[in-house]
Amino acid sequence: MKPFVWTAVCAWLTGKETFFMREVAIAGVAMTRFGVSEKTCIEMFCEAACLALEESKLEPKNIEALFLGNCLGDFEEGQAHMAAHVHTAIGLPMGSPALRFENACATATVAIRQAALLVGSGVYDVVLAGGTERVAAMDTPLATRTFAMASHSGYSAPTGITFPGVFAMAAHMYADKYKIDIRELQECMAHVSVKNHFHAAMNPKAQFQKEISVQKVLDSFMVADPLHFLDCCPFSDGASAVVITTKQKALQMTDKPVFIIGTGQAAGGPVINNPDMTRIKPREVAAAQAYKQAGVTPFDIDLCELHDCFTIAEILAIEGLGFYEFGKGYDAAKNGETRLGSKKAVINPSGGLKAKGHPIGATGAAQVTEIVEQLRGLSGKRQVKGAKTGFVDTLGGEFGTVCNLILRSHP
Amino acid sequence: MIKQPLLFKDYQEGLAKGELLGVFCDKCHNFSFHTSVYCNHCGSTGLSAKPYDTTGVIRTFTVIRVAAEGRNAPFIVALVLGNSGIHMMGNLEGIDPDSASMGLIGKKVKISGKKTLPDRFSPKVEQCLVFSLED
Repeated sequence: MKPFVWTAVCAWLTGKETFFMREVAIAGVAMTRFGVSEKTCIEMFCEAACLALEESKLEPKNIEALFLGNCLGDFEEGQAHMAAHVHTAIGLPMGSPALRFENACATATVAIRQAALLVGSGVYDVVLAGGTERVAAMDTPLATRTFAMASHSGYSAPTGITFPGVFAMAAHMYADKYKIDIRELQECMAHVSVKNHFHAAMNPKAQFQKEISVQKVLDSFMVADPLHFLDCCPFSDGASAVVITTKQKALQMTDKPVFIIGTGQAAGGPVINNPDMTRIKPREVAAAQAYKQAGVTPFDIDLCELHDCFTIAEILAIEGLGFYEFGKGYDAAKNGETRLGSKKAVINPSGGLKAKGHPIGATGAAQVTEIVEQLRGLSGKRQVKGAKTGFVDTLGGEFGTVCNLILRSHP
Repeated sequence: MIKQPLLFKDYQEGLAKGELLGVFCDKCHNFSFHTSVYCNHCGSTGLSAKPYDTTGVIRTFTVIRVAAEGRNAPFIVALVLGNSGIHMMGNLEGIDPDSASMGLIGKKVKISGKKTLPDRFSPKVEQCLVFSLED
């Protein structure tokens, strides 16, 4: 039986964990500056892909498959079937397939995980994965509508629910469940935004490279009660690309490969089927898979890029990933525990989705890019000292998809 | 062949007549999510469409103040736990959105349907749940 078939059988039998038959590494990463771009989705991805190939000392002919994340190109540019066009723009071999991935905001992480699974199981040796998105090409009403398409179109969306609205409901439920005054929670959420802007101010690729104050967050207009405008990530353009390969090949491409030592992914359907919004069960399942495969615990994680699309989302994530007990993570940012320099896991040193930006189909690849650069010691002012093990957490839709990766530096 | 117990078309037609249809398991006697073919609780395929209780309790809510295209803000979206044991998302109506506060959580509501606004992306969606506070 071929190794990759056996891997699939193992995964099916256990139903919990996927084992790599060979070690998987990241050889090169790159991202565009996030913000508002004049480039098309295809052009942005080409920019990132060429840099990632250059970093990996690869040419397009070496790429055996392209896994491209893109959520809303159909609405942003009237461009469906984007992967095939990116394939041509980069000049990949005709025999190397090009696939588009769409799992809402978790899109690129899912693409990277699939690349890791197929490299790990022996199907491919070198895959280019990542994502691209041009959200700022849409106006706010259309962008809000298209984001809401990730909710259930029959049972959630007809209410006019928006994505800030989903997380706003989670914030109200969190305050009610843990008996926290909503004004206190709003202040703690504002500290998440302040901390992520502090990190982004040191990130030349971030959309917002400036610090803000708690008062500025609390004075900004309300988007969906209790979330203020500055509790929310921006609409962003951007792309990011990652070269995924075997350990053996990665060592030929770079002296600083980063290894994918654990992955997990879970699905949860619409929020009304997962109604304790303070406990995102797919995250708990996916993270458990990743920790088990990697053989590490939350205490081993030096830094984490996680899904802070809204400030409450970061609070839910640090609890769901095991860094804090449930109901105890809400004041972590206020206490400085998640900030650069903390002895605990540093959360979103890139600035996160909140301040680095959130071009949804590219977000997961940019999270991976940040972790890889941190583990290589290349993050300049925002370097997490001694970082060896990093965690990637990306959430899609109204909690319907969560994908996690655990990365480790080369010894 | 396994049947699909409740099509969205039938759910909407029921709602238009004031009937709240859910997917009920004849084996374990629980409601599952509307689109389910297998019971969410016991895995059985013995599911059928059945009306459920039209009262529930607000679990959480928000006031949408920046709306998607085609919608006028502000309006309230709430998550309600129905007395039949199933959660549902709908619009809380009959109160001023600016008066919405944490005190809404735990309040009892009546559940019904209303005509919604089909848009260019979802022209076949015609009904939406609406909640009103019980006196």
